[in-house]
Amino acid sequence: MEKLIYLDNAATTKTAPEVVEAMLPYFTEDYGNPSSVYGFAAKNKSAVDEQREVIAEALGADAREIYFTAGGSEADNWALKAAAEAYESKGRHIITTKIEHHAILHTAEYLESRGFEVTYLDVDENGVVRLDDLRAAIRPDTILISVMYANNEIGTLEPVVEIGKLAHENGILFHTDAVQAFGQIPVNVDACHIDLLSASGHKLNGPKGIGFLYIRKGVKIRSFVHGGAQERKRRAGTENVPGIVGLGTAVKRAVRTMEERTEKERELRDYLIGRVLAEIPYCRLNGHGTERLPNNANFSFRFIEGESLLIRLDMKGICGSSGSACTSGSLDPSHVLLAIGLPHETAHGSLRLTLGEDTTREDLDYVIDSLKEIVAGLREMSPLYEDYIKKNK
Amino acid sequence: MYSAKVMDHFEHPRNVGEIENASGVGTVGNAKCGDIMRIYLDIDENQIIRDVKFKTFGCGAAVATSSMATELVKGKSIQEAMQVTNKAVMEALDGLPPVKVHCSLLAEEAIHAALWDYAGKHDIKIEGLEKPKADIHEGEEEEEEEY
Repeated sequence: MEKLIYLDNAATTKTAPEVVEAMLPYFTEDYGNPSSVYGFAAKNKSAVDEQREVIAEALGADAREIYFTAGGSEADNWALKAAAEAYESKGRHIITTKIEHHAILHTAEYLESRGFEVTYLDVDENGVVRLDDLRAAIRPDTILISVMYANNEIGTLEPVVEIGKLAHENGILFHTDAVQAFGQIPVNVDACHIDLLSASGHKLNGPKGIGFLYIRKGVKIRSFVHGGAQERKRRAGTENVPGIVGLGTAVKRAVRTMEERTEKERELRDYLIGRVLAEIPYCRLNGHGTERLPNNANFSFRFIEGESLLIRLDMKGICGSSGSACTSGSLDPSHVLLAIGLPHETAHGSLRLTLGEDTTREDLDYVIDSLKEIVAGLREMSPLYEDYIKKNK
Repeated sequence: MYSAKVMDHFEHPRNVGEIENASGVGTVGNAKCGDIMRIYLDIDENQIIRDVKFKTFGCGAAVATSSMATELVKGKSIQEAMQVTNKAVMEALDGLPPVKVHCSLLAEEAIHAALWDYAGKHDIKIEGLEKPKADIHEGEEEEEEEY
């Protein structure tokens, strides 16, 4: 097999073999519908309940507060739209940030088109929300604050404990998109006063197409998908039993391996960051130096463009991602990189590498060596580099 | 996503570099949008393009279209070079994804910009050639940063 070094674990992860193994019987043997009366299907109902317990325990929540969805985007959509609808008699103002995932940003824009007002908070140069800004944005008619737990591009961890406290003190619902954080760092819904939390299976070595929304008991948001009585009548549709079993197994596994896994990832991440910054000129780290996801490194290389970089890396069997316009399908580079104050041209030259549990130091050495060669090669071809060198002779 | 030809030109770009004391140099695009192309032309007294080089900041398609454009104009007269349209560049590359068509336009424009520079320096008029639009030097002052 050709060499493959997968450093795009923020995009998706490999489904762990033990997860697949746990799921398989629910396709061909125990395929009954959990809502059915007969004993054959009862096993599936208990399997779903069991996984709900596992997830609740990981969050310090109650099993009845976990609602399975078809993934993180659905959970984000549900949280924002349903909370807006449920609390609009109290007010029509929502606070979020400029660096949220599009599942939040585009949902917020949709709500604006329906007459809600949304404040998009700026972040500092590391991508951290300023609590003073948040405090100043809170109004009597604010009904919801939605701030991500950790950013998917630059890995920055947000001060969710303080944000939750502020929301709680002001009687405002707090939603957090924890798609990137859950499974990587300990998340406790009570410690952070979280009312709503979105998460996804495939980011933590679980299957794609399954996720959940945590809804704190007492938060009165309505069904998003109407139909049958599944998920306490709040999310209709026959349960994705194999997916739910896969998600639960992945969560259990992630909790079990978290400490050891992330310690190793942090060490490797810092090794990667240290060598890249030291050995490649005109390059910077995006995101917070220490308050970042254990597996995330995000760089900007001046004078070169991200898609070119990704293709060259791909030719060497290395998978990464970029915030350049060419990879986003628009003319603008990543909204996150612009929000932390990068000029457009620097944002175009960004590279996100997200480590996985199988990543080795040897892999990273190969990546760093390849990167040095590729960046130098692309700069040789870059008119921006030529101008810079001539100007600074 | 890209044709084999595009990948070939991206992987092995032809005519990369600079020409000192070039007859004409054209730079188009801007860093804000993520594409800049610069074309150097060496044109002899018979108005034949003897040599051509390019430098490009941009995606795979931007590099490949610049590379192909240089191949298409090399050895040609300036009138023939004027016939190298973005369509010709795209066809020579076996097509581009729809979102990348603008890269081929940029390549055409870069050739035109270099010819415009040549025409201006030699005080001649090239039929059908208009002043190139894009200028990367807009707002050049603002974006200096420390690393």
